[in-house]
Amino acid sequence: MTQTRFAGTERYVATPDLMMAVNAAVTLARPLLIKGEPGTGKTQLAEEIARSLERPLYEWHIKSTSKAQHGLYEYDAVSRLRDSQLGEARVHDIRNYIVKGRLWEAFESDVQPVLLIDEIDKADIEFPNDLLRELDRMEFYVHETRELIRARHRPIILITSNNEKELPDAFLRRCFFHYIRFPDTETMEKIVRVHFPGLKQELLAEALSTFFSVRETPGLKKKPSTSELLDWIKLLLAEDIPPEALRSDDPKKTIPVLHGALLKNEQDVHLFEQLVFLNRRAGR
Amino acid sequence: MLVRFFTDLRAGGVPVTLPEFLGLLEGLQARLAALSPEDFYYLARMALVKDERHFDRFDRVFAEHFAGAEKWFDRLAAEVPAEWLKQLTERLFSDEEKQRVAALGGWDKLLETLRQRLREQQGRHEGGNRWIGTAGTSPFGNQGFNPEGVRIGQAGSRERRAVKVWEARDYRNLDAGVELGTRNIKMALRRLRRFAREGAAEELDLDGTIDSTARSGGLLDIRMQPERRNAVKLLLLLDIGGSMDPHVKICEELFSAARAEFKHLEYFYFHNFPYERLWKDNRRRFSEITDTWALMRTYHRDYHVVFVGDATMSPYEIEQPGGSVEHWNEEPGRVWMQRIAAHFPRLVWLNPEPEDHWQWTPSISLARELIANRMFPLTLDGLDRAMRELKRKSPYTRPDVS
Repeated sequence: MTQTRFAGTERYVATPDLMMAVNAAVTLARPLLIKGEPGTGKTQLAEEIARSLERPLYEWHIKSTSKAQHGLYEYDAVSRLRDSQLGEARVHDIRNYIVKGRLWEAFESDVQPVLLIDEIDKADIEFPNDLLRELDRMEFYVHETRELIRARHRPIILITSNNEKELPDAFLRRCFFHYIRFPDTETMEKIVRVHFPGLKQELLAEALSTFFSVRETPGLKKKPSTSELLDWIKLLLAEDIPPEALRSDDPKKTIPVLHGALLKNEQDVHLFEQLVFLNRRAGR
Repeated sequence: MLVRFFTDLRAGGVPVTLPEFLGLLEGLQARLAALSPEDFYYLARMALVKDERHFDRFDRVFAEHFAGAEKWFDRLAAEVPAEWLKQLTERLFSDEEKQRVAALGGWDKLLETLRQRLREQQGRHEGGNRWIGTAGTSPFGNQGFNPEGVRIGQAGSRERRAVKVWEARDYRNLDAGVELGTRNIKMALRRLRRFAREGAAEELDLDGTIDSTARSGGLLDIRMQPERRNAVKLLLLLDIGGSMDPHVKICEELFSAARAEFKHLEYFYFHNFPYERLWKDNRRRFSEITDTWALMRTYHRDYHVVFVGDATMSPYEIEQPGGSVEHWNEEPGRVWMQRIAAHFPRLVWLNPEPEDHWQWTPSISLARELIANRMFPLTLDGLDRAMRELKRKSPYTRPDVS
């Protein structure tokens, strides 16, 4: 039997509010818009929902040149033109030149699928408006063949945004909204445990305290996020760094080992080094 | 009851619409949030609020509206059986402490007092030494220091308590009225990007041409599209020195964000108010100056002009010839401002001073009058409004004569 409620997976830690959001979106069949800092697992969420509910996943990654029509279908006029010059028989049926998009594929799925529309804010500002009817009624019209495509099962739609553009109100009104907050220490510990089950308690505690103190450094251009923490711990494990190396009485006074995984901007590294230098002088 | 919550939200500045409210009711009907108030909070927030900047407003209205429910929860937590409390103290208290409890009249008296206080107390309480609340030294409440304290309102993990979630107001700094960070400024400046593809269709649309040619069976059908102009031209005029010193950081942030965002960005400095000269380098402000006339000749009227300054000075500096604080100006600042405003139809002024202080400074009123009220506070919200103003086809825009 397939599961109907999402409660996180063994690879993904979901907070109660996130579970609520996902389950409400699934139950009421509304699209769920997910925002949050980069690296908080917005895209991964769709994969995990599909996995835990055992549904097929259709991913539609949006680029700045994406058009809403790409998700529905495209009419390949150029190959039809070429075929007509060559006198091919298939040129007489326009159906041969309709290329299905991700949305169409999801609509045709035999079981209720999960559809991920990733980074919708990358597209042109009119993009969300062009999808209003499709998301609302879960149907669209193919002008070339004069058929109406209707979803067999309303897909579970997840939309992620990095806030680079504001989305139109009419679009927002049709979605549920969830903002993934940056995890607190407790949740973070769970997340790390999920990814590195054999991690020593000591190293975890030291790594987390260093990580949060780096995050709290004022004036950082790009704060390190969950995915960066996980990368960093992976590095620490690979290099076999002992927890003592991280401790060094006060995390503020030393630059953390392998900081390149946490700070991704030379200005940030510079700022951090300066702060460390000042702290060292003050401490003397 | 929920209808009033809906109207309260709208009054509280959360843009909620009827379909969203119906969505919430639908969710309640589907028993998504039947048991816990926490779930109800999450469901309501998810269905009604679509922008994390409004979370804080939502939290405030929610807290206000469900204040009664909160009290009810405190009471529920307070009505624990006396037996249970006694067992708890057996475990927690040392013998010495238990004797002191006995000295106060014993458990029954303590609980009696508690019930009495619960009846007297109306609101939430924190600190202090008498009322029931948190972090105080009264015998009642939690996280307190009184050894015979009765733990109230902390039934489970504190994190999990519903009342906490919205009272914490974690989204406070996402409210739109707050001061800016570089990234936020960039987001706001991006509004100006929008008219990048507006205008007349002057460029060959290759894809469209191929497409429509193929559709019409090979007959050439040319399609045109508007030129893609992804560079808005921006002229930034920054007030520097004197009363602007407290605002240096935010101006730097604005400047660096604008630099990253616009390809055509020009900037000049002025002191307090623009006169006949401006400069680009503050260290050589007296040697390398730019004539304001030259500025207007060099930069075409399609530049968007953004003044940044507090406009806080003596009114003479605007009204009088020779009013400038650092040189003799033949013509008053007012004349120069009028000239600039006439040349550049798209013009706004960003003021780092809080908007509600403006009316108390005469020079700000004068400046606003000169630029037809196009002054906005230097906050995320103000910047947003300013960018909208720049985007607008303003009544000050004359038909282009070039």
